[in-house]
Amino acid sequence: MKKALVLTTAMSVLCTAAGAQDVKSINVESWGGTYSKSEVEAYNKPFAAKTGIKVNMIDSDNPATPLKAQIEAGNVTSDVFDVEVSDAIRLCDEGKLVEIDPAILPPAPDGTPATEDFLPGTLLDCAVPNILWGTVIAYDTTKFPDNPPTTAADFFDLEKYPGKRGLPKSVKRTVYLALVADGVAPDKVFDELRTPEGVDRAFAKLDTIKKDVVWWEAGAQPVQLLADGEVVMTTVYNGRIFDAIVAEKKPFEVIWDGQFMDMNMFVIPRDAPHPEAAMEYVKFATATEQLAEQAKWISYGPSRKSSNPLIGKYNDGVTEMAPHMPTREEHMKTAVMDDPEFWADHDSELSERFATWLAN
Amino acid sequence: MATALDPHAAIVTGATGAVPTLTTADGRPLARALVRSSRRARRRAFLLVLPLLLFVIVTFVIPIGQMLHRSMYNDGFSANMPQLSQWFADNPGADPDDAAWAALAADLTTAAGNKTIGVVGTRINYDMPGTRSLFTSTGRKARNGFEPPYRESLIEADAKWGDPVLWRVMRNASDAYTSNFYLAALDRTRDENGNIVRTAEQQQVYVMLFKRTLVLSLIITATTFLLGFPIAHLLATLPMRKSNLLMILVLLPFWTSLLVRTTAWMVLLQQQGVVNDLLVWLGVIGNNQRLQMIYNQAGTIIAMTHILLPFMILPLYSVMRTINPSYVRAARSLGATSWTAFRRVYFPQTLPGLGAGALLVFILAVGYYITPALVGGSSGQLISNMIAMHMTETLNWSMAAALAALLLGGVLVLYWVYDRLVGIDNLKLG
Repeated sequence: MKKALVLTTAMSVLCTAAGAQDVKSINVESWGGTYSKSEVEAYNKPFAAKTGIKVNMIDSDNPATPLKAQIEAGNVTSDVFDVEVSDAIRLCDEGKLVEIDPAILPPAPDGTPATEDFLPGTLLDCAVPNILWGTVIAYDTTKFPDNPPTTAADFFDLEKYPGKRGLPKSVKRTVYLALVADGVAPDKVFDELRTPEGVDRAFAKLDTIKKDVVWWEAGAQPVQLLADGEVVMTTVYNGRIFDAIVAEKKPFEVIWDGQFMDMNMFVIPRDAPHPEAAMEYVKFATATEQLAEQAKWISYGPSRKSSNPLIGKYNDGVTEMAPHMPTREEHMKTAVMDDPEFWADHDSELSERFATWLAN
Repeated sequence: MATALDPHAAIVTGATGAVPTLTTADGRPLARALVRSSRRARRRAFLLVLPLLLFVIVTFVIPIGQMLHRSMYNDGFSANMPQLSQWFADNPGADPDDAAWAALAADLTTAAGNKTIGVVGTRINYDMPGTRSLFTSTGRKARNGFEPPYRESLIEADAKWGDPVLWRVMRNASDAYTSNFYLAALDRTRDENGNIVRTAEQQQVYVMLFKRTLVLSLIITATTFLLGFPIAHLLATLPMRKSNLLMILVLLPFWTSLLVRTTAWMVLLQQQGVVNDLLVWLGVIGNNQRLQMIYNQAGTIIAMTHILLPFMILPLYSVMRTINPSYVRAARSLGATSWTAFRRVYFPQTLPGLGAGALLVFILAVGYYITPALVGGSSGQLISNMIAMHMTETLNWSMAAALAALLLGGVLVLYWVYDRLVGIDNLKLG
């Protein structure tokens, strides 16, 4: 990993030296695992075939982390980063990202301009969305054969469903679940969190299962924890669990109730080594066909309306993708939509409180 | 008497004749000549170490200096809000007047235009959570500038601008040099009168983590000593062939990647892991009583003890090898029991190795990060994990620097205490 990083950095330095016109490769940072693979298959390979520019994929648990660190250290080594909305907004506000004019994005195949093709409100000043994804609850069906859990409240019910729970070591992906399980309507979660009582309520609910939680950090961990039997129920990114269920035939089941909807977006740092090639990559990757192609590799919902009709079967040629999409209407009913503005304000404060709560 | 012209003359009597002055053959005073020639030698020696010195300065002194500087310097507000910062400097202790509001409006408009408003908001948000969006949203409205009267138009944009707490926080941040990060790192904050008080209970974490880091590091040092001492003794006393084999067993894990060793402990210790499986199979515990040995403090202690063990064994071993076995034999022949011989004769001679090993293990343990992050769960987190969180997640590098500086200071104090108690000259690394 480190070697690859050094190598790609050295390569990108060489490329810069050779002149901006003659870009041989760009670095794209993404989330790793099946998700990175889907991007390699749907974006990177066709992009290289079309333009001759090789795309080096660099993985991390959250690409915003290296992006922030590279900006802070004044040494940006990658061209495109795949980040969450709140990070995209925050870094854009701080003037660290290239602004992207939506007019330059390719229109849908039927000619609809990009500004109308992307889901409403998803195009930002400095970022182009590619997928919508959910953090969902998954459980081991062999542990609850008779009376399987069905709701977010069941996740917190240790009497009815005894066993360890898996939760991410992140305040953003835990407090919403606590509030939904405590009876807050999914669309009122962030209103509740804006009040101090609401935050207390979320932490009080988390207290009820704290001693039975195994905390995970990387997206691949919860699937592993479920497979090892270390936990009986965990929250997990819906694409990862899809991969375990469909590709690896694991006896897991998904609970869509109270899923946390987030969006991934492509951003280009202002000091990217190859800004022009990076822009070409972003335009190419977020075109209708590429987004639809990605859904063949992982069950994340494309951000363009025109991509949806093109989604077919999983790459095994048998599994229909539609029932596994987080954007499916019945899955959206009790979904909590992320509120980036809230996190821009309260991320530091709540992260600290969460860390305090965790450590005590 | 020899004259100065005599090439073999080294000693001449000075002109006054009272005190003899030593001179060289060409008549210069010997002492000065000696100083000059040794200066040349010293310069040459200095040139030899210069590359290392430069390397240490570039890779060690400068970064640590920068880090310490960052822990008390943050110009996120002062650099991007120059007019308001100037007003604060000119009017100490005053409530905001019309000039202040005008300066605020002008600075907000400029910062919004320069896209630095987020930086300003982030800085204020450290001290007053929830204000970042106040800056960014006002910044969006400020694209066309504000109309006077500024106080009214800003409060119309967002009523929060009238909050006196916000103004106090802004005044505080208008000086780039601040002690706030150190205060926060000690779970302290300033109240409205500027007095230093403890933070709210649910935010007090750092002092507890510093204590926990200290206690766990001491426990780990003690366990590496208890486990390492007999092994080192065995290594030092066995015949060469056998001790070499044993040495490889000590060194092999030392050469293995840290991550591999940590993950191996996860496989061994988890509830469905090898150790629990074995205990259940042996009937020691029931299937539903599986022990929780990882993702808590126990996991951190076990994994870190294993990882740091060689750092205790190797210095102990190198000291023990030099201990002459005839001392213990002499003690025994003079009537000492084996325990007394060990306590009075053998053990005191191992102290330099023990001191070196303990110091190494303790200092490494205090700054350990990756192992507690992976196997520590929530209760096994150390202060270094908090530093990492501020470095990578909240991106509050000033806070991370303040915590790191306190940790560094703590280690230096312990080092000083160690020097006073044991004496650093007694340290033997090999």
